Amino acid sequence: MALKIAGVELESRLFLGTARYPSPAVLQQAIAASGAQVVTVGLKRQLAAGGTPNDLKLIRDSGTRVLPNTAGCYTAREAINIAKMARELYETKWIKLEVLGDEYTLQPDPFETLAAARELVNDGFEVFPYCTDDLVLCQRLLDAGCRILMPWGAPIGSGQGIINPTALRTLRARLPGVPLVVDAGIGSPKDAVQAMELGFDAVLLNTAVAQADDPVGMARAFKLAVEAGRLGYESGIMAKQDMAVPSTPVTGRPFLL
Amino acid sequence: MTKTVTLNGEPRDIEPGATLADLIATIAEQPQALATAVNGEFVPRDARAQVQLNEGDAVFTFQPITGG
Repeated sequence: MALKIAGVELESRLFLGTARYPSPAVLQQAIAASGAQVVTVGLKRQLAAGGTPNDLKLIRDSGTRVLPNTAGCYTAREAINIAKMARELYETKWIKLEVLGDEYTLQPDPFETLAAARELVNDGFEVFPYCTDDLVLCQRLLDAGCRILMPWGAPIGSGQGIINPTALRTLRARLPGVPLVVDAGIGSPKDAVQAMELGFDAVLLNTAVAQADDPVGMARAFKLAVEAGRLGYESGIMAKQDMAVPSTPVTGRPFLL
Repeated sequence: MTKTVTLNGEPRDIEPGATLADLIATIAEQPQALATAVNGEFVPRDARAQVQLNEGDAVFTFQPITGG
């Protein structure tokens, strides 16, 4: 079943980040192997004037939709201005809103994120907020006009997987019908499977592929993991039991009457 | 008398009456390949010619990059 995000139908539930790859060629091959239809990109302040780096050209040529981010921002004002620059340069109203509160944990600042989301939504942006797994924050972001939420699995780039599945399960249960994307901290394909089995609509990951020994192989592994996890979720996972339930329908013990 | 602004943190002398568009034209072969902000506020591409730079203004230019 296709995913509908911000009015766009997507076959792939894997969103891929484009940073930290060993080379532009590997990035290009990884995007292709992942089947991703949405890739994240960024903006940086120039040290010297220059043209468009090769990486960006190959991203444009990959046929994917770009989702620019506001990485490096610590205040709503910074993020709002970066978002406007991204809209102009990338010609999209999609923005991954990332407003950080701590330089070690890189966790979102919930207050600045909410303030920025309000203003950006009012300015016509489609805001994809990177947020914590706090239910009330998530609800406030929806109230502010966000149509999608991107709660973290674990700190950015940490590869720790899903640290708080209970919190994510709560979000899924309390926000039915809202597109939910696990963003940040995914480490290996099992984490993507877990996110999809929780009923999340997609996963966004970068480091787990870019920093793998074989990013192209890992991109394919994640493609399969996201598909498997989603199919498992749609197929209705069996209920856990506290004790064993025999499978084979024998009658009693084999040699005792 | 020339004025001094900063461009991406570095001091830069500009002519009196110079606009943001004038400054960008001196540094970029492709002005459309970067985005601009003055004193922390985004200036759209088509507004650069209307923004007159003042002494001490902080001009920043941004370019697309890969990102997560």
